[in-house]
Amino acid sequence: MRNSHRTQNIAFFFLLLATLLIIIPVGLIVVVIIQKGLPAINWQFVSDIPRQGMRTGGIFPAIVGTFYLVSGAILFALPIGLLAAIYLSEYAKENLLTRIIKLAIVNLAGVPSVVYGLFGLALFVVFLKFGASILAGSLTLGIMILPVIITTSREALESVPQSFREVSLSLGASKWQTIRHIVLPNAIPGILTGTILGLGRAAGETAPILFTVAAFYLPRLPKSIFDQAMALPYHLYVISTQVPNVDEKIRYGTAFVLLTLVLFMNLVAIIIRTKFRKKKKW
Amino acid sequence: MVKFEIHDLNIWFASTQALKQVNLEIQANEILSVIGPSNSGKTTFLRTLNRLNDLNARFRMTGAVELERQDIRGINIEDLRRRIGMVFALPLPLPLSIFENVAYGIRVYGEKRKKVLGHKVEEALQQAYLWEEVKDRLDESAFKLSGGQQQRLCIARTLAVGPEVILFDEPCSGLDPISTAKVEDAMIKLKEKYTIVLVTNNVKQAARVGDRTAFFLSGELIELDKTEKIFTAPCDKRTDGYVRGEFG
Amino acid sequence: MRKLKEFIIEKLILICGLASIFFVVLIFLFLLKEGLAVFKTVGPFKFLFGKSWYPISEPAQLGILPLIFGSLLVTLGAAIISIPVGVGCAVYIAEIAPAKIKEILKAGIELLAAIPSVVLGFVGMITLVPLVKSVFHLPTGLTALSGSIMLAFMAMPTIVSVAEDALYSVPKTYKEGALALGATHWQTIWRVMLPASSSGILAAVMLGIGRVIGETMAVMMITGNAAVMPNSILVPVRTLTATIAAEMGEAVVGSEHYFALFAIGIVLFIISFAINVTADLFLHKRQ
Repeated sequence: MRNSHRTQNIAFFFLLLATLLIIIPVGLIVVVIIQKGLPAINWQFVSDIPRQGMRTGGIFPAIVGTFYLVSGAILFALPIGLLAAIYLSEYAKENLLTRIIKLAIVNLAGVPSVVYGLFGLALFVVFLKFGASILAGSLTLGIMILPVIITTSREALESVPQSFREVSLSLGASKWQTIRHIVLPNAIPGILTGTILGLGRAAGETAPILFTVAAFYLPRLPKSIFDQAMALPYHLYVISTQVPNVDEKIRYGTAFVLLTLVLFMNLVAIIIRTKFRKKKKW
Repeated sequence: MVKFEIHDLNIWFASTQALKQVNLEIQANEILSVIGPSNSGKTTFLRTLNRLNDLNARFRMTGAVELERQDIRGINIEDLRRRIGMVFALPLPLPLSIFENVAYGIRVYGEKRKKVLGHKVEEALQQAYLWEEVKDRLDESAFKLSGGQQQRLCIARTLAVGPEVILFDEPCSGLDPISTAKVEDAMIKLKEKYTIVLVTNNVKQAARVGDRTAFFLSGELIELDKTEKIFTAPCDKRTDGYVRGEFG
Repeated sequence: MRKLKEFIIEKLILICGLASIFFVVLIFLFLLKEGLAVFKTVGPFKFLFGKSWYPISEPAQLGILPLIFGSLLVTLGAAIISIPVGVGCAVYIAEIAPAKIKEILKAGIELLAAIPSVVLGFVGMITLVPLVKSVFHLPTGLTALSGSIMLAFMAMPTIVSVAEDALYSVPKTYKEGALALGATHWQTIWRVMLPASSSGILAAVMLGIGRVIGETMAVMMITGNAAVMPNSILVPVRTLTATIAAEMGEAVVGSEHYFALFAIGIVLFIISFAINVTADLFLHKRQ
């Protein structure tokens, strides 16, 4: 008996150790980037174009580029993803087709990000002749975040109680009216959470935009959706591996801005989710 | 006048048979009470009348249900459900204001005029004996009402659409005796204008409000007769046993 | 009028419902369209098992075996680190941690999942790479080992969250039954909880590995990118993903090199497809 308790103590110690092995580095990464990146941040850094081969100046075009890419991606992915989620939650029957759709979503989520880049290059840049452009990059990112949006929106729709649907139908509302007036309004917080998570994902990805949009060094703002653009994650990659002798402050500063952007979006998503859970009336 | 005619109704969910060879008629402007132990098929029977069972992918039926001599499967489903209202077992307000809950059914039918909506909402709330209690707080969330008020709100919501038949699915199962009495009063007054089918677990409630009473057991209609007869001199031993509380 | 509107909307919903299938097929078709052309000049066998990758020499040598080995080595290293640590952490969160700490830990894991891979690559370059260099007295710290450690870290969120779900879905009665028989909490976890959730945990491991194989940026930044057959975990390697990311920028559209990079894309697509389908089967078996 005593022996088995000693075994338990040892086992629990190792489990705790495993947990700390993950959590402590996460904390350290965030702390280091804040500590070394924050001093680099000033108005000039976020509002100026990069100068002298990106060794001084700011990162404004990269911020703008990321903003365009993320907006374009969500503009494409949200309507399709939301309708797909409605299909799965409200219309799909338990049959082979539904099973295949679900499998396709899982696979779409699992395709390596660099393969998305290849696909975007082949379809949008070369085949549809968009060239390396914001349009091609946005569409590629949009397809990539589709599974995130479908999965979270579907969960949100399915969490609306079935009884609400029955009440609405029993009052003579059609299926679409029921979805439009009852199901969707009550799923909005969940859909919003999914959308923001998708935004965060799109903002942080590099590989899909490598060959579809990203400009190595373009010290001006993009003029149209057929223009190339800089983007924060690619810019960080470039100044940390491709350009020698970049001041470490600029690297950390860029990492800080990117991380802050992504974590901020995740934080907003988490806040919406918790608020919604507390407020839930049923 | 005969409102509903049900011929040889059989219902399955997947391979489980929920109703077996049910034949009955429902008269206009009567209250038909449907009693029976749980899993006897009485709620399934009720949900057949407004085709709410169709939502279940495993649902299958044979036989015919006729509303005023017309097969309900031949009636546009939204029109059918507008003609046959339903009040559910638990008070189920929609997550909207009190006003919007009652106005919902009229709105989805396409009514947009504010004045008509306001008038119909007031009328429905009056009929459900709720108007006086809520007339000053119509914009509040329906969830702020008490359980009994919520259930009367659901009745008003059903009435607002202007149905011919109202299906009650154990409408008092979650209510206290005083709220129950109010709901029962409302039902008795409503039968002047509407046909009412009341499924209840409460045998005494069936005796209090029902003109006729049907007893279901294991998916079969055992007996249907005047309420008085069912409770005093039923033909079937099982009916007698059930109403006297020998099993439940 | 209303009927017509609803008819159109419902058809639109159906079309979007099928969009995922459409896109998966579309991705595969375009990979095939651009990638299969390489087999006009290189046989599939030589492509997969050729030992040298010199895409721009004359004539080009397009054997991806060193890249496959690079990916395998880094993935194996990452799996050895991340499976025990990840599953251990999942058990700790699901079974041992008190409610409040549990929420903090879960938030921490979500935080890790949210950090962009290029940021992790950057941090790895600055902290991990010099560390590996000095600990093992190497000429460079850009090695398979550095890549493995970083990737293990990136696989953790997937492994922890899927494994935790699996543990969570074990019926409570199993656990209560074991505890009632006098087993200690650890014995219950080891003998009852883990076996009962084994297929879910297996799925967690597979999905984590899938994440590792497909990871691109961090791996490109810290593994040194040498396309040679690795003979140790302490030398630079180049993975399948990093090869595409690093070389596609310079490859001419329509060239042999371009086709070869797409062919690597096909290989990656098939690997991730196989992993995801298998993991999905395990997850469904559980239910």
